Amino acid sequence: MSDQRCRAGDWVEVQSILLEPADRSKNLPEDTAAQPLRMWIKGYAQADADMGAEVAVQTVTGRTVTGALSDINPGYFHTFGRPIPELVHVGTDLRARLVEYRAAQSGDAVGESGGDEGAGSAAGQDAGTEGGAS
Amino acid sequence: MSTRFDEIMSRRGEIMRGALGMDYSRFEQSPIAFDYEAMMADHGYSLADIKAIQRAAGVGDTPLLELRNMTDLVRSMSEPGKGARIFVKDEAANLAGAFKDRRASVSIHVAKEKGYEGVIAATSGNYGAAVSSQAARYGLKCIICQETFDSRHIGQPEIIEKSRICEAYGAEVIQMTVGPELFFHMIELLDQTGYFAASLYSSFGVSGIETLGLEIAEEMRQRTGAPPTVCVITHAGGGNTTGTARGLKRAGAGETQIVSASVDLSGLHMASDHDFNRKSFTTGHTGFGVPFATWPDRADVPRNAARSLRYIDRYLTVTQGETFYVTEALVKLEGLERGPAGNTAMTAAVSLARDLPRDATVVVQETEYTGAGKHHWAQLNFAKEMGVGVCSGDPKNNVPGKVIVIPERPEQIQAKDFDVDRMRRSYVRNALKNAGAGYTPTAADIEFLAADTNSSPEKVEALVAELKEA
Repeated sequence: MSDQRCRAGDWVEVQSILLEPADRSKNLPEDTAAQPLRMWIKGYAQADADMGAEVAVQTVTGRTVTGALSDINPGYFHTFGRPIPELVHVGTDLRARLVEYRAAQSGDAVGESGGDEGAGSAAGQDAGTEGGAS
Repeated sequence: MSTRFDEIMSRRGEIMRGALGMDYSRFEQSPIAFDYEAMMADHGYSLADIKAIQRAAGVGDTPLLELRNMTDLVRSMSEPGKGARIFVKDEAANLAGAFKDRRASVSIHVAKEKGYEGVIAATSGNYGAAVSSQAARYGLKCIICQETFDSRHIGQPEIIEKSRICEAYGAEVIQMTVGPELFFHMIELLDQTGYFAASLYSSFGVSGIETLGLEIAEEMRQRTGAPPTVCVITHAGGGNTTGTARGLKRAGAGETQIVSASVDLSGLHMASDHDFNRKSFTTGHTGFGVPFATWPDRADVPRNAARSLRYIDRYLTVTQGETFYVTEALVKLEGLERGPAGNTAMTAAVSLARDLPRDATVVVQETEYTGAGKHHWAQLNFAKEMGVGVCSGDPKNNVPGKVIVIPERPEQIQAKDFDVDRMRRSYVRNALKNAGAGYTPTAADIEFLAADTNSSPEKVEALVAELKEA
């Protein structure tokens, strides 16, 4: 990356230190207190600059902020990732469980006088449609 | 030696006064008490005004869905006659994908009315998206200060997604490393720009959530003939609980039980560089829930409008693994693919609906958008990369930051009651501490503390005496 260079007007990201460890809040756990508070911000480079060199950017609100050039045309690369093996069975398990439950309920309902839904007649119909399919 | 941090923080009150366009000192009554209702009413908007502001902003009137499959799932593991009907308010249908749009719509409307050129908020959550989206609609400049990375420049995918969406809406996003000084930089920027502080905890924002409670009461009356028996609310800073409960009460649904729910993150330190990327949840967790409930005025406004202990009847915690499981169940059984943090209340609902009668109704009052980064798979894959174990088993063995245990069966989902009396006690202790060592609470202070903790003056009096002795 260090051989990269931005040109004035490029959309870039710069990094700077907001607070050195000594200047930070006194109320921090040790691991955080040992680190500076850093920030990254994006904007249009105001001059040509090498990666890591100080450059001023103009942000989208029109502010001028100076920092070390850390990226040129920065993007986003977050994803969903691979399926989680511990979760892949959940849908199949639960759908099967519902079919079984509803089949048992519709069996029970023969001797009774319908659902216990009160105002939920639509819910009773739904259960009947899906559970009664078998 | 005074540092830049000390210098800005010492001018905090004056800077915030200008940036909020509201003088909070008018509501102060004593070192302990203030006039909460006067503060909440100060903006002068009626609930109907707020509805109109939100409708114009593309916010509110979200679908209320009955979850018949989730209900039957619960009934399949309940005692005979048990298993309440479950409904969800699909708040992901708001413009920027979460109930936070309700908060932002009122704040940004106020900023525009008062003539501010731009707005600033410090948030790593959905609120950033909401503020950015509303600022875009109102033509205001917008800066979002975000706690994004650990010291190795690694960020949770969910927060990276929040950076992206804020920038997509045209906001300037300042990505920072871990630390509460996020608020220091926000105040520094407010001083520098003269922009409006779109605080999560202002009366504008919290009033915006009242419409959610109102809609739930009205729609449930239409659908079932009565307000919900229980409303389950994902609980972080307390605004969601406060606003929803106030809205329900204003709609005459004061009998609805208010249940807050958070993901249990006990053992993890919210300001730790190491723990930051091992939380697997960015909001809806006890790391915000407990500190803000027991001392709301730790917020970035002089008096926090989100005072959840006033309204909480019951506070439930669920595990990370249970919440990821229920997120997957909701997708597969109801066709609702939504973000995991917003499903915290859904997870608690699956547990508590089992013990309620069949004619009871449970409304889960939010969902949030999902997508790359902000998805349960993304969170679990990232957890593994950070060295957190992921396995199937009994969620009782879930240890935040160490191992996420995904239930093997839905019966294993068991929300735990968090002791609300213990939170009340912490709150009173904090109020006394904040008032100063020599201060003796007056009768009016006791009344205030009782109202602020949904308790009785007698109980507060006894608590104060007990704390003084200790």
